[in-house]
Amino acid sequence: MPDLLIELFSEEIPARMQARAAEDLKKRMTDALVEAGLTYAGASAFHTPRRLCLTVHGLLAESPMVREERKGPRVDAPEKAIEGFLRGAGLTRDQLEERDEKKGRVFFAVIEKPGRPAAEIVAEELEKIIRNFPWPKSMRWGAGSLRWVRPLHSILCILSDEEGAAIVPLDIDGIKAGDSTEGHRFMAPGRFQVRDFDQYQTELKRRFVVLGATERADAIWQDASNQAFASGLELVEDKGLLAEVAGLVEWPVVLMGEIGAEFLELPPEVLQTSMKEHQKFFSVKNPKTGRIERFVTVANRETKDNGATILAGNQKVLSARLSDAKFFWENDLRIAKQEKMQPWRDQLANVTFHAWLGSQAERIERIAALAAEIAPALGADAELAAEAARIAKADLSSEMVYEFPELQGLMGRYYAEAAGFAPEVAAACEEHYSPLGPTDDVPAAKVSATVALADKLDMLTGFWAIDEKPTGSKDPFALRRAALGVIRILLEHAVDLPLLRVFTSAFVGRTVSVTSTEPLSFEQVQASAAADLLSFFHDRLKVHLRDEGVRHDVIDACLAMPGNDDLVSMVARARALSEVLGTEDGANLVQGFKRANNILTKEEEKDGVSYEFGADPKFAEAQEEVALFNALEAAKPKLDAANKAEDFAAAMATLATLRAPIDAFFEAVQVNTDNEVVRRNRLNLLSTIRSTVLQVADLTRIEA
Amino acid sequence: MSETRIEKPRSFQEIILRLQAYWAAKGCAVMQPYDMEVGAGTFHPATTLRSLGSKPWAAAYVQPSRRPTDGRYGENPNRLQHYYQYQVLIKPSPPDLQALYLGSLEAIGIDMELHDIRFVEDDWESPTLGAWGLGWEVWCDGMEVSQFTYFQQVGGHDCHPVSGELTYGLERLAMYVLGIDHVMDMPYNDPQAPIALKYGDVFRQTEQEYSRWNFDVANTEVLLKHFEEAEAECQAILAQEHVDPKTGKRIVMAHPAYDQCIKASHLFNLLDARGVISVTERQAYIGRVRALAKQCADAFVQTEAGGWTPESAA
Repeated sequence: MPDLLIELFSEEIPARMQARAAEDLKKRMTDALVEAGLTYAGASAFHTPRRLCLTVHGLLAESPMVREERKGPRVDAPEKAIEGFLRGAGLTRDQLEERDEKKGRVFFAVIEKPGRPAAEIVAEELEKIIRNFPWPKSMRWGAGSLRWVRPLHSILCILSDEEGAAIVPLDIDGIKAGDSTEGHRFMAPGRFQVRDFDQYQTELKRRFVVLGATERADAIWQDASNQAFASGLELVEDKGLLAEVAGLVEWPVVLMGEIGAEFLELPPEVLQTSMKEHQKFFSVKNPKTGRIERFVTVANRETKDNGATILAGNQKVLSARLSDAKFFWENDLRIAKQEKMQPWRDQLANVTFHAWLGSQAERIERIAALAAEIAPALGADAELAAEAARIAKADLSSEMVYEFPELQGLMGRYYAEAAGFAPEVAAACEEHYSPLGPTDDVPAAKVSATVALADKLDMLTGFWAIDEKPTGSKDPFALRRAALGVIRILLEHAVDLPLLRVFTSAFVGRTVSVTSTEPLSFEQVQASAAADLLSFFHDRLKVHLRDEGVRHDVIDACLAMPGNDDLVSMVARARALSEVLGTEDGANLVQGFKRANNILTKEEEKDGVSYEFGADPKFAEAQEEVALFNALEAAKPKLDAANKAEDFAAAMATLATLRAPIDAFFEAVQVNTDNEVVRRNRLNLLSTIRSTVLQVADLTRIEA
Repeated sequence: MSETRIEKPRSFQEIILRLQAYWAAKGCAVMQPYDMEVGAGTFHPATTLRSLGSKPWAAAYVQPSRRPTDGRYGENPNRLQHYYQYQVLIKPSPPDLQALYLGSLEAIGIDMELHDIRFVEDDWESPTLGAWGLGWEVWCDGMEVSQFTYFQQVGGHDCHPVSGELTYGLERLAMYVLGIDHVMDMPYNDPQAPIALKYGDVFRQTEQEYSRWNFDVANTEVLLKHFEEAEAECQAILAQEHVDPKTGKRIVMAHPAYDQCIKASHLFNLLDARGVISVTERQAYIGRVRALAKQCADAFVQTEAGGWTPESAA
């Protein structure tokens, strides 16, 4: 069985695209082979900056013959029918078989499609794959029309077995498949011939190319860790950077260098970010002090001077970069210390947050007002929260954040500390952006959580006010993430905060422009935007609770209750309901309730009456009927108390006590009797069941 | 690779001269800088317009470039409001363009045996020119020394064939090759010359003068008026009939119109440096310049240099 080896050799492929491309090549090629009938024993894909490679071993030398039988018309069928059958099968009459079937003698066509050699199939499929490759971005070059991620230079495509290797004949826009490739661009220029995968991999290594990205990454990590360890230091882990750097080199050579002493006082995050973003350097820290003292760069070659020139060059570039960073840091610190960050806050008046939502300064004032308003609900000091809100985004005007936007918040914390603000305020600078995603922690500090909440609520109400909501996959302002952040902060801090009231305060002073066919007053528009935003929150909440294992119908049953804009109480209700539905009483109560509700709804429709007059125990006939009266009567004060205290577990437990009397009632009593008075009284009794249950949760929404 | 060591250049101008000689030897038409203020070598019509249409093209030139916001009164070791770019444009991009480029680095004294050259993804986009391409920034020992781009679209037109564009930031590259830390200390001519001049001797004063003018003095009302006028003139030129009523010849005035587009672009940069353009207005101005660039590109492909023939018109 032959082995297939493909290498697509091009100019440098962006590091971030390589792994995915190698996987795509593997999947598309192996899928196509199997589809064509060519099974194989195994396949692996590899990538370097200049090549995508696929090896498939144990491939069938040719696809199996396919034999197909088609049943045709009877032998005495009209001539036309037989001709049609022959045309469809592509056979002549003498090639047909005749067989005896139940209905008589019938023609059969036996069509045999011969197998095809693997080379033919590979050539055909590889061309298709190359022409339709799913690069995130592709380009044309020269005078051609072929698209690839960067100019494609050569295609190696061979099938090899014991006899040797054979080139798969293929020509794509003038690029002919061959059996040779190149080694390292600088260390081993020139082409070499390839016989099979093992020889290819060995020969590449001899020519300074490590084919496996994992092997390159491991080598980098090992060598860098060892060099750091030998100096009593520690390499700072960064998996993303490691993968990227492994995608920039074919022959990794790790070089460790010193950071100039004049830069060692910079915050470690600044050093790390500057080195990573600009130079793709790893940071090396002193485990005793936590300070970053050295860097590791990964070159793509060995040199006669053991990398001395390369390291010196990198060091020089780093110094220039860090001089900038140091300049920013010192300037920023001066403004923080001497002017309490005020000039930055003033500058935010000139920064537009959104054309329709005013400047950053205006937004910050809104956040501060909202933070002061909601602070009591979180148990935070209102004045401190408002001050934190006013300071939290000041660092956006600092030079450091302008240069490294990813340091926003963190720099704010450093600068607020330097300016002498309260520790809660400084912490809020960093923490108020959280939670940034489902795995990011909710800020634990009350002031930080308050500002974080106000920030997100301002953003959501703002974009709702101007009708810029997320649609489908489009959510340019990350409003879904903001809403989830609000939900998590409210739940984790157990904040009783009716959202509609907060929305209304946040909407005040905004231009609200909700599209509507009918002209609406400002108040109406505001109310409808608030209602719409609340339902957006409810959708996010459903997703959040579903991830926690709460059923969607349980959530719906609780969302239908009044006060559903208080998410903490709404979730407590849902959890209690979820709990009770897990018990036997709970599950059966739903059945009993539905039965009562169904009968009642049907009769009410028939009679055109709402039976809400209250039932009278004096018309109760059966013992079970009396018992149900008593049970409902007994439950009433308990439910009222539980509801008032928002003790949903107690409310649910009380409901569960109704299960037995309801079941017994339906067992013994026929609601629709001939005695109209008794019948109406029973319908009113069912109505009491309904209204009692609906005080706790809308069980009509629970699915069986 | 190279057994015969290339001698290190000794001055800024020697690096420029070597690049000129190298690309001339590789068959490029060595052109002179465009006689207008531009932000980058790409704006030279030898790149912007000539990358359009089907006619082959190969040009190399130095282009003085102005970025008013980068002015630092001659004090910053790396930043200048006026600097030089070396620009190469070859259409269609030859298959060995990377090798040609590496040869040019060797020509200016970068020893491939000692340095680490890397092609790091960097997609190029010029919002003002309505242009984009894919390529890399080229790193030498961690320092960006060039931009390498395969143009895909210019002025809203797909590039067919594709041009390969190389842009060298000359000061930065030269400082690296010559081992200089502050641009003003770089030898401009041969340090052994009877009158040896440093970069600072040539440009320190002008950096100061222009920094002051760019940031604080330039009359923004006049600049704004000039912007409007350049925009109007560009459109007026392009609105003319293709056939000149005086000579009776078909003369599409793509280049004079494009000059006005270049002017508008630079005036926008000056206004930006004066800090009178808000964030929201910025986008609108860029959009207006882009609209001019697109109309100029539309006009250029209606000229012979842009691939127009009487047959293609028919």
